[in-house]
Amino acid sequence: MDRPLDGLLVLEFAQFMAGPTTGLRLADLGARVIKIERPVSGEAGRQIAIKNLFVDDNGSLVFHTINRNKESYAADLKNEGDLARVKALIKRADVIIHNFRPGIMEKFGLDYTSASQLNGSIVYAVVSGYGTSGPWAGKPGQDLLVQSLSGLTWLTGSRADGPVPFGLAVVDMYCATHLTQGILAGLLKRSRTQQSVLVEVSLMESALDMQFEVLTTHLNDGGKLPDRSGVCGSGHAYLSAPYGVYATAKGYIALAMGDLTQIAGLVGLAPGCYQDRATWFSRRDELLKQIGERMKRQPANAWEALLTGAGVWCAVVNDYGAFTGSDGFRHADMLQEVALSNGSRLTTTRSPLQIDGKCLRANKAAPGVGADNARINRDYHLTS
Amino acid sequence: MLPLSGYLVVDFSQFLSGPLASLRLADLGARVIKVERPGSGDICRHLYASDTLLNGMSTVFHAINRNKESVALDIKNEADRKVITKLIERADVVIHNFRPGVMERLGYSYERVRQLNPRVLYGEISGYGTSGPWKDKPGQDLLLQAMSGLMWLSGNADAGPVPMGLSIVDMFAGANLCYGLLACLYRRSRTHAGAHVQVSMLETAIDIQFETITTYYKDGGCEPLRTASNSAHAYLGAPYGIYRTEDGYLALAMASIPQLARLLECPALADYREPAEAFEKRDEIKVILAGHLRGRPTRHWLSILETADIWCADVLDWHRLLAHDGFKALDMFQQVAMGDGFTYPTTRCPIRIDGEVLKAVRGAPALGEHNQRIMEELYG
Repeated sequence: MDRPLDGLLVLEFAQFMAGPTTGLRLADLGARVIKIERPVSGEAGRQIAIKNLFVDDNGSLVFHTINRNKESYAADLKNEGDLARVKALIKRADVIIHNFRPGIMEKFGLDYTSASQLNGSIVYAVVSGYGTSGPWAGKPGQDLLVQSLSGLTWLTGSRADGPVPFGLAVVDMYCATHLTQGILAGLLKRSRTQQSVLVEVSLMESALDMQFEVLTTHLNDGGKLPDRSGVCGSGHAYLSAPYGVYATAKGYIALAMGDLTQIAGLVGLAPGCYQDRATWFSRRDELLKQIGERMKRQPANAWEALLTGAGVWCAVVNDYGAFTGSDGFRHADMLQEVALSNGSRLTTTRSPLQIDGKCLRANKAAPGVGADNARINRDYHLTS
Repeated sequence: MLPLSGYLVVDFSQFLSGPLASLRLADLGARVIKVERPGSGDICRHLYASDTLLNGMSTVFHAINRNKESVALDIKNEADRKVITKLIERADVVIHNFRPGVMERLGYSYERVRQLNPRVLYGEISGYGTSGPWKDKPGQDLLLQAMSGLMWLSGNADAGPVPMGLSIVDMFAGANLCYGLLACLYRRSRTHAGAHVQVSMLETAIDIQFETITTYYKDGGCEPLRTASNSAHAYLGAPYGIYRTEDGYLALAMASIPQLARLLECPALADYREPAEAFEKRDEIKVILAGHLRGRPTRHWLSILETADIWCADVLDWHRLLAHDGFKALDMFQQVAMGDGFTYPTTRCPIRIDGEVLKAVRGAPALGEHNQRIMEELYG
């Protein structure tokens, strides 16, 4: 069956992570996604590397991970001819994504008002750091900085740790899901009104939305701040014992929410001491320590067998070696290879969705800067 | 007009992942009806976050289920099943997050539901997929974090496994299902085709690690290595991290070490001239930086670094965040009212459409609050 977004044309004027991840989602769902990039150097994300890892002349490993399954159109927006071709392309597009700071797209006459004059049914999607007004509007929108400003860093780790960031660009990625949702909702609105739609998200609003449960609690509990457990390995500032991770005789085990009287019995503590549910939260530190003492006596996999057998929610903590070597990982079939222009192949992941019983796969690697200019000029009759 | 006005979502899911997907659809204008078990309802109604109750239910339930209706129906009772069937016949979207096999046993598999309603979008979230060795395991966030390697990415090198302190896998799974459903609604607006949209928490946990797992395969299977101190991302070089100052904390994202040495007047950093050293020698660089930044207040460092366009920020708690004009400008909170008149504040939808913030009026429903109204609509 056709992919849901077959036939849709998306122009991505975006760099780094939130915007390009949105482009990747739309591409995997079937859209034709064209990155509009500055000639020669391309988007800045091509040079952002983790572990200093680069794949080829086209860019870093991170860039390849985020930008597979797209095309690239090199255009110097300061050049009249290039700008005219980009505008002609906008007339044919369904969606524009950009993450420039306020003022940049205006300068080129590519802001929402101008774009909707060119194309009265464009869905125009903007991702910013902190919205377009207010004292933060000009600040750099970057994942760690937004985590730090949004209060998110006080939810992980234990009380003595100080602020602990989430060790992935979770805000960028969550924001990308919001932008994807907003664009698709915008397309649905357009299909009824035949009018252009403006969709806006920001990293900060996404970081706040990510905390919607705990912020709602904060707004209704008299304004208390999150109180992480003092015990290393606790899993969630707002959940009671036994929720957390425990060191065992060999490896670590995670225990989710469960009936402490039952778990106490299973691990060799006196069940009678845990009957008052209110103490599971109020005496959390003490209880985490008591369970932690018992867990040291056996290896993690022995505990897992014992506890799982009794219906307790638990799991051994895997590293990447154990996880990627497991039958469950293999069965998820989440890996795919993309074919690089130098003839080699790169292993990466696929879209997490399955539509009509099928995984969404794509073996097209990230494009070189301007790799698709000729074809795009031809397909859309742009004079070169 | 909201983008999804006129669409009907019939939601059998509970806890966080499925209900989060339907919350977003509700925010965008859809009518969402929760189908809940009579007597107890969505388990999340009584799953406490902390010890905070709000109008008799957990604050978490209130956050996830605002702007929805509730109908209490027993999916195993013949009379109630007739009502459920009628609802499904009218639905644009059906959502569930039961364990694999449950909806099939209850007679509402995708195949069966599609017979009732050929244009329906059927969305489901599982823990680990509908087949395979893990399919019957409990799909719970902390367990997914544990199994998927995610716990070795946060915190310092000696911290052991560190869970991320929110139900991050649940939330991304719900977000993924939501955009999958929206994509298929768009397809349906052109082709009239229904769809089956599936996502698992396992696929989601792998997807949110798409960068680090791709790196794992590229560099020959090296495990992530967090820095000894000030760790913020196991795969990024110095200065990436959060540092103690005289009176608080300072977050530093990517920056050139020689430039930092000049701006911060920290000569010890000037020795690290090669860009590659920012990663290779990140532990020692972080120790030097941490020692240096400790000496002055956050404001002092920010004034120097922001002027030079270095990516940095203060580290706020919610008290300072909520008092900040930057936060206030976002207008991120809203007040919603329940059917019994009880009102409470919560966050709003993070997406703006045509320049407007999307705010809801209604709070979370009481269990079965809309039974009568829905029966009248269905049976007149």
